[in-house]
Amino acid sequence: MTINRRIILTASASALAASLSLSSAFAQKKYDEGASDTEIKIGNTMPYSGNASAYGNIGRTIEAVFKMVNESGGINGRKVNFVTYDDGYAPPKTVEMVRKLVEEDKVLALFNTLGTPGNTAIHKYMNAKKVPQMFVATGASKWGQPKDFAWTMGWQPDYQTEGAIYAKHILETQKDAKIGVLMQNDDYGKDYFNGFKAGLGKDNEKMIVQLSTYEVTDPTVDSQMIQLKNSGANVFFNITTPKFAAQAIKKAAEIGWKPVHYLNNVSSSFGTVFVPAGVEASQGIILALYRKDANDPQWNDAADVKAYRAFAAKYMPQANLKDDTHNYGYSVAHTMIEVLKKAGDNLTRENLMKQAASLQGFEAPLLLPGIKINTSPTDFYPIQAVQLARVKGNSFEMFGKVMANESK
Amino acid sequence: MEQFIQQVASGLANGAIYACVALALVMIFVATDHLNFAQGEMAMFSTYLTWQLIQWGLNFWVALAFSAGLSFLIGIIIERFILRPLHGAPVLSNVVVFIGLLAIFHSLAGAIWSHTIKAFPSPFPNVTFAGSGYIGPHQIGMIAVSLLLLFALFAFFRFTSLGLAMRAAAQNPASARLVGVRVDWMLALGWGLAAAIGAIAGAMVAPAVYLEPNMMASILLYGFAGALVGGIANPAGAVAGGFLVGVLENLVAYFGNMLEKATGLYVVGNGEKLMVALAIVIAILTLKPNGLFGRTIVKRV
Amino acid sequence: MATIDTTAPISAAVTAPKPALSNMAGLAIIVGLAALPVIGAQLGLLSNFTILQISLMVVYAIAVLGLNLLTGFNGQISLGHGAFFAVGAYCAAILIDRYNANYLLTLPVAAIVCFVIGYLFGLPALRLEGHYLALATFGLAIAVPQMLKYRHLEPLTNGVQGINLIKPDAPFGLPFSGDVWMYIIVVIVAIIMFWLARNLLDSRVGRAMRAIRDQPLAADTMGINTARTKAVTFGVSAIYVGIAGALHAIIFEFVSPDSFRFELSVAILVGAVVGGIASLPGALIGGIFVQVIEKYADALTKKLTNTMHLPIELEPWTIYGIALIALMYLMPNGIAGGLASLWRKVRH
Repeated sequence: MTINRRIILTASASALAASLSLSSAFAQKKYDEGASDTEIKIGNTMPYSGNASAYGNIGRTIEAVFKMVNESGGINGRKVNFVTYDDGYAPPKTVEMVRKLVEEDKVLALFNTLGTPGNTAIHKYMNAKKVPQMFVATGASKWGQPKDFAWTMGWQPDYQTEGAIYAKHILETQKDAKIGVLMQNDDYGKDYFNGFKAGLGKDNEKMIVQLSTYEVTDPTVDSQMIQLKNSGANVFFNITTPKFAAQAIKKAAEIGWKPVHYLNNVSSSFGTVFVPAGVEASQGIILALYRKDANDPQWNDAADVKAYRAFAAKYMPQANLKDDTHNYGYSVAHTMIEVLKKAGDNLTRENLMKQAASLQGFEAPLLLPGIKINTSPTDFYPIQAVQLARVKGNSFEMFGKVMANESK
Repeated sequence: MEQFIQQVASGLANGAIYACVALALVMIFVATDHLNFAQGEMAMFSTYLTWQLIQWGLNFWVALAFSAGLSFLIGIIIERFILRPLHGAPVLSNVVVFIGLLAIFHSLAGAIWSHTIKAFPSPFPNVTFAGSGYIGPHQIGMIAVSLLLLFALFAFFRFTSLGLAMRAAAQNPASARLVGVRVDWMLALGWGLAAAIGAIAGAMVAPAVYLEPNMMASILLYGFAGALVGGIANPAGAVAGGFLVGVLENLVAYFGNMLEKATGLYVVGNGEKLMVALAIVIAILTLKPNGLFGRTIVKRV
Repeated sequence: MATIDTTAPISAAVTAPKPALSNMAGLAIIVGLAALPVIGAQLGLLSNFTILQISLMVVYAIAVLGLNLLTGFNGQISLGHGAFFAVGAYCAAILIDRYNANYLLTLPVAAIVCFVIGYLFGLPALRLEGHYLALATFGLAIAVPQMLKYRHLEPLTNGVQGINLIKPDAPFGLPFSGDVWMYIIVVIVAIIMFWLARNLLDSRVGRAMRAIRDQPLAADTMGINTARTKAVTFGVSAIYVGIAGALHAIIFEFVSPDSFRFELSVAILVGAVVGGIASLPGALIGGIFVQVIEKYADALTKKLTNTMHLPIELEPWTIYGIALIALMYLMPNGIAGGLASLWRKVRH
């Protein structure tokens, strides 16, 4: 089978080469596995079950977006076949499902596979196989290394950059800051924390008076919050996923701890964080945004938010739009569509990466005004700008300028 | 010192969560002689029922009463229809069935109510009082409810003939049958009561940790530890065990943190607190194999 | 306190001594069957991914066998064998990654380390019975992934990031892909491990193990050193699971603390019970079950949701749970036990 395919591939490649040399005036159709005249096959893994199952909505939204695209004629006449599997947020499962996607389902590329541990587990494999691992759903900083990992690209602002931006803001605005950090004890938490420390700089690292970690299996973070309060910290950097963010905000209010509160973007959602935690207790929390929260009244008239709501009403009637993960899925799916459109009839893996690495000023729907997607062969960090905002009432009040940190 | 008191108070509050779950475990163990691994997920499912009823406009306590009743029925149905045919089967087959139930309840909850976290109202008035910096009103209410449940259970097993019949049915079904106890129904009743207690436990837990399908997964573990360290057949022991585990894990982190501050040496921290707490529990069990408050059972040959 | 009653009839059938000739014939049949996937792969009928999956079945079968020895043949329940799986996997990963060890050499090391840990853990755990032992092992399963992240072990384990490995190629220029080659290794190891298990069960120690399971007090009075036998069984059981873990790390090319969560221990236990708890063929069936069931649950769920237009989107775990309950209902002694009794019925 493998041998046969190789022969066919070489044959078709040489045929292509021959036709290429004949005339380049014809629009060339070039395909790798997973692409044809009628279909583009895209693979994905998501935690539809397990600890991180709340993120499964991203996969459901992406599926719905591709359904919408297919019903309106597809991309350049081709239907998108989005194959998504549950990996339960367990790396071995991710490896297995991804090998299935690549070797059995023969997808053209992976798109938005979710989670730092899972993507880490397949990082080397994807690059050895030379199959694109595009716009992964994690903000770890390691996804932007085109030299060593030419087939892997992130999407959202990376955690380190974001952490550094908070640190800078603290240095600018807080005199005598004593910082307490609550951190999820894993890759994601450490990435944020390292960026944050780097942002403070060596001399200011001692401003961090308390680092408290929690495990995803901890029932509550109450004990950690008490540690933090008693450390005398007056600034709080909260590196937590939505459930724990809500717990932390609520507990801080309960024990009467009122630091200047910085919250990571991962939990920037009214529906899943501030409303459950209590909007009252969430007032004044500072965070870095790059997307619009479609529930935020200030965007009621924005064209993209309207389009998003119309899409959701038709294709995900049961979805709870208060959940911000739907926005994420919508926005990232449109980035993929843009790349597939640009790739035209040249649907090879190489061209896909080439197109993904040449996005200039692309405004994906639901990105904040002034935030654009820029990539280049040396810049594999699509979104690198954020906007600081604070929770005010039922809305985010943005302040300052868009802070960009293009291409390191 | 201030922090020490706070950590103990917060440990007691968490301990109340574990104690509630441990009570449900004890209930089913006393009634059926099985450890029900699906207990946590059943409680989580019941909590969703309560939440749904509250969403439909019912008062908290009314909703809880309804869902506890409903859970009671579900418990009985599970025993009558799923476990009954397995009465003669090996213990491990039962364990696998429990795991199957766990998977079903877990995934059904996710499918019906989605995986996004939901806020769950606390039934207790949000008042400030002397010492509310140490422990919140919900936490105090939770401790009170777990103690109330304990007394109710204790009285039930001690002073009612039904309670006695249930214990007899679990411990020696053959003899119980001879003295006229309807053993089958006792088992079903045990399941029903355990499910109802689970519903109450869930409604106490959810305001503190938020409602989502994974809510009980880790709590069940602590509940197990609590129940076992106190003696699995002893409601009072289980509650004490739950509180003990709650306080222990907070103090492990607290002392580890203090040590690190004082000497710069990291030995244990928040990452290891569960591990150390479990190690202590296991150490206790090795010294007292029937739990702190369990009686040694002498086997007749 | 409930004692653990496992079923004896299957074990008796499996461990009955057989003449040497049929032994050789049996081995020949097993080798022949095991060679089929290799032939399939070389002819291009099976993809590397399929081969990987078959390898995983065999790997899980080794782990399930380990638990079988402890639970099925010695009557001790463990909810924490995922811990030994993790230890074995990390032994292999650390040795290969940090010390450039040959991957085959990592197997005996993983075995020794797991035996020592298993034996030491078995000693105090001896005092615990039934549910209490279950909790102690449960604690172990929770503690080990946490240990792997422990700050002072990070230089070795690489913490939460885990360790990436590269699958070994076939040596001597043999025309096998990495997956096929590792399948061959896995199968050879499995055959040796199953053969050893059979011999162990036939030996004095094996009889002592079963005596302790069935009649602990009588075994004691007969002069069997119950404590030592139990601890050794725990250690031996850990060896099996540890070797399975090491093989898993090598064929998967990746280890991380998240790979060995509590679910793994549950999967091994479910595999052991569903396969047949006191049965060697049962272990193989259990291994296949661990690997296959989730996938079918997934596919079946999709089909059901699409064809039946259910009001809610079903999740695979619902089907998985129903399958488990149905299996226990139909075959309370596991698939091996069920097949054996079916066979008896057919014959009479």
